[in-house]
Amino acid sequence: MTDVALAAAARTRVARDTAAEARVRARYRAEWRFRMYGLLAIALTGVFLVIVLTDVLRKGLPAFTQYHLNLEVNVDPAEIDPQNTRDPGVIRAGDFHALVRSALRGIFPEVSERAVRRRLDALLSSGASDALRDRVVSDPSLIGTSARVPVLISADADLYFKGLGTNIDRRDGRGAATPTGTIGEISITSTANDFSPDLTYIKLTISIRARDLRAEAERFRRSLRTVEARRGELESSLAAARNANDAARIAAAESALKPVLGDQETLTSRASEAENRAAELQARLDRVDSQETLEDTQPSVLVAINGGLVKVKQLGNARIDGEVLLPLSSESEAAPGAWQIITYITPEANRRAGDREVTWLERLKQMGLVEAGFNWRFFSAGDSREPELAGIRGALTGSALTLLVTLLICLPLGVGAAIYLEEFAIKNRVTEVIEVNINNLAAVPSIVFGLLGLAVFLNFIGLPRSAPIVGGLVLALLVLPTIIIAARAALKAVPPSIKEAALGVGASHQQAVFHHVLPLAIPGILTGTIIGMAHALGETAPLLMIGMVAFIVEVPTSVTDAGTVLPVQIYLWSDLPEIGFQAKTAAAIIVLLGFLFVMNGAAIYLRRRFERRW
Amino acid sequence: MSTIYLVGLVVLVVIGFVFGRARAAALAQAGTLHSRPPYHGLFVALGVLVPMAALFVIGVPVGRWIVESQSLSAYDLGPADALKRDAVLRDIQSVIVGSYAGEATEALRRAAATYVSLRWIVNGALLTLGCAFGLLGFALSYRSLAAPFRARNHVERFVRIVLFASATVAVLTTVGILMSVLFETIRFFERVPPLDFLFGTQWSPQTAIRADQVGSSGAFGIVPLVTGTLLITTIAMLIAGPIGLFAAIYLAEYATPRFRAFVKPILEILAGIPTVVLGFFAALTVAPSIRGWGQAIGLDVASESALAAGIVMGMMIIPFVSSLSDDVINAVPQSLRDGSYAMGATRSETVRKVILPAAFAGIVSAFMLAISRAVGETMIVVMAAGLAANLTFNPLEAVTTFTVQIKTILVGDQEFESAKTLSAFALGFVLFFFTLTLNVIALQIVKRYREQYD
Repeated sequence: MTDVALAAAARTRVARDTAAEARVRARYRAEWRFRMYGLLAIALTGVFLVIVLTDVLRKGLPAFTQYHLNLEVNVDPAEIDPQNTRDPGVIRAGDFHALVRSALRGIFPEVSERAVRRRLDALLSSGASDALRDRVVSDPSLIGTSARVPVLISADADLYFKGLGTNIDRRDGRGAATPTGTIGEISITSTANDFSPDLTYIKLTISIRARDLRAEAERFRRSLRTVEARRGELESSLAAARNANDAARIAAAESALKPVLGDQETLTSRASEAENRAAELQARLDRVDSQETLEDTQPSVLVAINGGLVKVKQLGNARIDGEVLLPLSSESEAAPGAWQIITYITPEANRRAGDREVTWLERLKQMGLVEAGFNWRFFSAGDSREPELAGIRGALTGSALTLLVTLLICLPLGVGAAIYLEEFAIKNRVTEVIEVNINNLAAVPSIVFGLLGLAVFLNFIGLPRSAPIVGGLVLALLVLPTIIIAARAALKAVPPSIKEAALGVGASHQQAVFHHVLPLAIPGILTGTIIGMAHALGETAPLLMIGMVAFIVEVPTSVTDAGTVLPVQIYLWSDLPEIGFQAKTAAAIIVLLGFLFVMNGAAIYLRRRFERRW
Repeated sequence: MSTIYLVGLVVLVVIGFVFGRARAAALAQAGTLHSRPPYHGLFVALGVLVPMAALFVIGVPVGRWIVESQSLSAYDLGPADALKRDAVLRDIQSVIVGSYAGEATEALRRAAATYVSLRWIVNGALLTLGCAFGLLGFALSYRSLAAPFRARNHVERFVRIVLFASATVAVLTTVGILMSVLFETIRFFERVPPLDFLFGTQWSPQTAIRADQVGSSGAFGIVPLVTGTLLITTIAMLIAGPIGLFAAIYLAEYATPRFRAFVKPILEILAGIPTVVLGFFAALTVAPSIRGWGQAIGLDVASESALAAGIVMGMMIIPFVSSLSDDVINAVPQSLRDGSYAMGATRSETVRKVILPAAFAGIVSAFMLAISRAVGETMIVVMAAGLAANLTFNPLEAVTTFTVQIKTILVGDQEFESAKTLSAFALGFVLFFFTLTLNVIALQIVKRYREQYD
């Protein structure tokens, strides 16, 4: 009996053991999964942070260098100081830009047509002559001589050198090539089928575009079918409504039908347009003759021959027709290998710098006139409508003035409030209201503080718009709760024995607090203040409300001058369409993050250095 | 003028302090002082400071008001609106400085002359009066100094009042916010019925310049804004909720101190990134990527989709959710964990069956605070979400939020007294009210929850 029972027990234990083991394994797996979810969450957060920071760095770092031309400029007295007064005021007003422009034109003497010359001039920034002007004003003896000065180039040209241009492909010609002229519209004939790879390539791009267009047309047709189905539905419901003579339903169906009809019309026209374009391209592809006209939506093909450059317009296997961009030295035949076929891979339409600009810039680079330098102007200039001239000096000064006001207001107020609440307040209704209030104020959206600033400081008190003083006031109210909470924590951390000892030797309550507790709490209060200031430095929304978004070139000099701050400058630049401003925005962000990093680092240092365990 | 006055004030205050202290030191020769000499000095300094500062605070705006109203009446500007008034005042200023563009009219020149002469008189009066006040205060406080005089008690009472006043600034700020949005909201509701505002499904605040223009009334229904805000907040919470909570659980229950020391700064850095930076990231990186991916799989994504703004906003509030949840989880007593382990539960089982239920109220309040943060966030949505008030729940379309509309209406030139401008304050009121309610409830929950385990 016992044996049987034992055996049965043993059997059931064995049976239960395997099931239990499986359960335990399942539980352990669940445990592992749960743990991994946690790790995954942390990893995702880290990845977010890394992506944001690298994205900003990648976009912004190029803006810290700037390309300029090192041009030999002839300082012509006729443009600068015709009366030979040597008066700095007269010199400053001189037309230095004309000097720089003529220096650049001197490098490309073949550019004579007005429209083309304007494009050449456009390579220069409107601040191109600033360096020259400063040089000549400080050293008037340069007038009448020539000087080598850095000349600022336009944002597009700058971006071209920073790699936002095009990949350039070069290969030597295999046959001997003969141009028919040195300038204007010429054709070049080669003894070999030198241009057939280009022709194939161009045909390929055409066929890809034709395919894309057909796919697009197909998409339109598909949407069209859904729209037509919808139209059928609506029409039948309209007919039903007409039969029922229900005026309300008729009106509803008609109003619903109207946009559908509009959609149908646009879709039809777009589909047929795409189909026509595709058919056109297909016809070009199917043509047997081996000639192709190049368009700006295709890669540009150029021929470098006899020291000049020809842009291809008509492409054949062994012959091209084109326009001379840089004049040829002669019409003589170029031997195999002595001339080159150059392809700018990115189509001209997708580039900020056209073929001519690319040609000029490449030539300038070959001549060794292009130099890169640290972009000091970014830190020394105010805002500008032109990306290459814009700087953050105004925004930095504005931020500094604003933060100064914020600090002067919220440090005494915050510390005062903290001392009161921590040391002197009697536990009663008033104190409770104040404490609840501070906690809730910390969570009020910042834009609401902007509304307060607009309604009270601007409209009611009448302080000047866009001024750092108003911004500082608003930010002070915004960070006040943070500072009060931090200062209270710092005061609370000072052990009561210190105060009790002071009281014991006869100090008054205030003497004990101000002479003994407060000095010991200062590192903690400073840490909290720095963190609060860092918060204020990054704040944007409330400052938009009080008009710190105006376009202001001048650097503010006092707290009542109109100004802007760094985060608002970032917001303003990010809104501008020019591609050059995107890098500027990211660069300003890097500066802002740098300041925040330093401030938070200082806070951490203070905490580590002065933290005292009692 | 202000500078001269303030410099004079400082000088007189310092003189008061020095004289007071010297007098106390002299008195100390004769008998025992109740307070130490510096307190007597401070007492005299305060006796100078208080009347002078009070005069400055009251006198300067009153003086300006007198000068402006007199010069405006010299301009014969009858009852005019604030806009006209400001324009005339600016003209007067520029005539005085000499930067007026064009030929100043006779009236304007007369007004400018009045302005200049009156300003002289008012400023002179203020300075004289200030000096008189300061000297009077000095004389009175100096005379009361005596050896048994309780200077310290007087000074300390003053300091206490100053401290109390700084503590009430927070309350005044709340009152100021409430007043500024409430008054304008009431004026808004005089123009637009509250029911239309709360339940209207059309939002297009453009008020026409001429009354007879088409759509001159504008439409002020906030339902599209509510749905837009909700949509973006929901997306943000769908991201930040799980990630933040799981990160908090891992940090509180699994992580070694070294791992915590490594991860905490990451969360702090993420929390410290200004929202304008995240907005830039959302608008220039996330939104185009989402659009590109959408097109690759044949979806039509708006370039300012709610999804992009929501995702980045979710990233922004992850640290917020995780640090609040971390605190809440850490506040669960160790005894509950130990009891669970003693019964053979694994860590994850303990977390799911013991800790999370115990911390549930706190986590809910953490989420509520995060939602209020997301609803009030401005820059990310301003830069990445759209302006079109679409009534939709499709995350791929553009929607707009309260904060975007407030910013759009109030940035730049505003028309005075128009329903459009006032509507921004009404939106601000709704926003303030909503976030405040959420906060009060959340803080209440946290408080009750803390009491439960303390």
